[in-house]
Amino acid sequence: MTRRLLNSRYLSTLVILFLFVLMFGWGSVAYTGFFSLQNFLNLFIDNAYLLILAVGMTFVIISGGIDLSVGSMLGLATMLSASLVQKSHLSPLLVILIVLLNGTVLGFFMGCLIQFFDLPPFIITLAGLYLGRGLCYIVSIDTIGISNDFFQAAAHSQFPVLGDSFVSPSAVIALVVVAIGAYVLRFTRFGRTIYAIGGNEQSALLMGLPVTRTKIAIYALSGFCSALAGIVFTFYTLSGYALDGKGMELDAIATVVIGGTLLTGGAGSVFGTVLGVLVYGTIQVLIVFQGTLNSWWTRIAIGFLVFLFCFLQRLFEARKGTLAVRTTSQVPAVTASGG
Amino acid sequence: MPSARSLNRSKLVWPLAALGCLLLFNLFFTPNFFHMEVKEGHLYGNLIDILKNAAPIMLLAIGLTLVIATKGIDISVGSVVAISAGVVAILLGGDLAGHPKYPLAVALIAAVLASTAAGVWNGMLVSRIGLQPIIATLILFVAGRGVAMVLTNAMVIWLYVKPFAIFGQGYWLGLPFSIYLVAGLLLLTALVTRRTAIGLFIESVGINPTAARFSGINAKNILLGVYVFSGFCAGVSGLVVCSTVMSADGNNAGNLFELDAILAVVLGGTSLNGGKFYLLGSMIGALIIQTLTTTIYAFNVAPEISQVVKALVVYAVSLLQSERFRHRIAVAFAKGRAAA
Repeated sequence: MTRRLLNSRYLSTLVILFLFVLMFGWGSVAYTGFFSLQNFLNLFIDNAYLLILAVGMTFVIISGGIDLSVGSMLGLATMLSASLVQKSHLSPLLVILIVLLNGTVLGFFMGCLIQFFDLPPFIITLAGLYLGRGLCYIVSIDTIGISNDFFQAAAHSQFPVLGDSFVSPSAVIALVVVAIGAYVLRFTRFGRTIYAIGGNEQSALLMGLPVTRTKIAIYALSGFCSALAGIVFTFYTLSGYALDGKGMELDAIATVVIGGTLLTGGAGSVFGTVLGVLVYGTIQVLIVFQGTLNSWWTRIAIGFLVFLFCFLQRLFEARKGTLAVRTTSQVPAVTASGG
Repeated sequence: MPSARSLNRSKLVWPLAALGCLLLFNLFFTPNFFHMEVKEGHLYGNLIDILKNAAPIMLLAIGLTLVIATKGIDISVGSVVAISAGVVAILLGGDLAGHPKYPLAVALIAAVLASTAAGVWNGMLVSRIGLQPIIATLILFVAGRGVAMVLTNAMVIWLYVKPFAIFGQGYWLGLPFSIYLVAGLLLLTALVTRRTAIGLFIESVGINPTAARFSGINAKNILLGVYVFSGFCAGVSGLVVCSTVMSADGNNAGNLFELDAILAVVLGGTSLNGGKFYLLGSMIGALIIQTLTTTIYAFNVAPEISQVVKALVVYAVSLLQSERFRHRIAVAFAKGRAAA
């Protein structure tokens, strides 16, 4: 059992869990009012959109790809929701449907480019980042406030948990996404295929797995998650602004990496990603409680954590003696067009 | 029988053609686009503006070309620009009278040194620890902007030190000073990579690092070197950026520059899969991006919308570079011929 636990796959999750408990514990000892159920729940409430983004990103990264467009797609979703609700006076549910569809279609489009023309995901989603921002400005250059009743209700309602503690609808949505994401990745054919593609795309193809369909679906899914995260973000800010979600793609990637997902693909878990987001949120809260530190220290701390975790992953790989395999598997596989 | 040199040149045909098309479009549709005049001994005009505004991206693209040739990528350059601007700003100080806190030379050297140190960090992560380049530089991408903001205490520092303005606004012999910086660095890089074997080493590491190592090339040090150089270029670029607006804004200085610079390199014909690199191509790539932006301005379209155009250009260029796409087009073309 200890042997299994020390398997690097579990180990990185254990390390991050330990780190989270340590940080939360340290905050509880050092600052009065830090240790409360509400403060813990706030991590989910304040980072609901990041959690949703990160779940989508986990799928992409496990498949060995990357999606840099999620931040600007989130921005586009906030702009679209705000504009359609405030200016076109459409029903909120219809708006949400349109926004989700829009995100999914854009993701699908990028997935097709990546899969059918064998283009690097990095460049295609980078162009998606530009595209999303540009489309934001086409919708509107100004901030659009939302006064719609449905969005107001979503922003202000609270579900009681225990005693005085509560969660917001956004947090509930995020947790549902996490639950579905974890289930799909672990227990469905689609999820297992993603691991196989990330492990070795050519082998997955030779095994007869539906590589083409799955890879396109992954990017469509990530687009869907970004759009949903954008809607949750409008619940949080009650407005649409073209710069919403600037740089958030890297926050999402960072939390996924901290959560133990290998950037080379093939290994990782949604649970680890949740822990990554919790650590990210705790750093922010700690800096707020500390009071004197500039909030930009968060970014430095996140950068350092990414370094630490990549370094640890590298050490484990080296110990397993898979260094050579890793370097050679980075050569892009020339795959047949089937799948 | 074309020589290797002319083949090398022919690779520049596509980027040059793209730039030519853009300029031709402006010739017909933008009034006074090519108008130039001499005011107080300086040349003014759209073309000069394009060169001047493209200078920071061109500087970054020089370093990035070498990084991409090794099949790497450096997404931290934008943040390093912010660090360089931050360092020079705090060392010069925001004294309204324009008296620098430290001598100008000290501030300049410190800024470039700090950026080069950032390059060393990236290079060590890639070459010694063996992290994927995108992740290794992601760390500084995230943390670098934090460092810049902490340096400047999250405030925009305005500079009043007159001599410093030369990098971004100054003129020399009728042309903007930043153009000479670009030309100098480009010439130096071209000399070092093409007149010595270093360029060949870089390309061979990009094509096959294992084979390069077996043929006696110190692949690790080559990798380290290109990232250090990229950091250095980002530092110089940061000086130009900071001097152009005479202020250091840790949040916005160099924002999204990494994307423009990578785009410039790719437009210039250097493949993201490493190998052959084209310094001149990258410069033309940067000019294409800037001409595109200037053209969009000239049509009174909101500058932000230019990003949509940029995205479409990236898609088009990536498709043209995709072997599978070219293959499909060729097959479709052949079928069309067979049918006819």
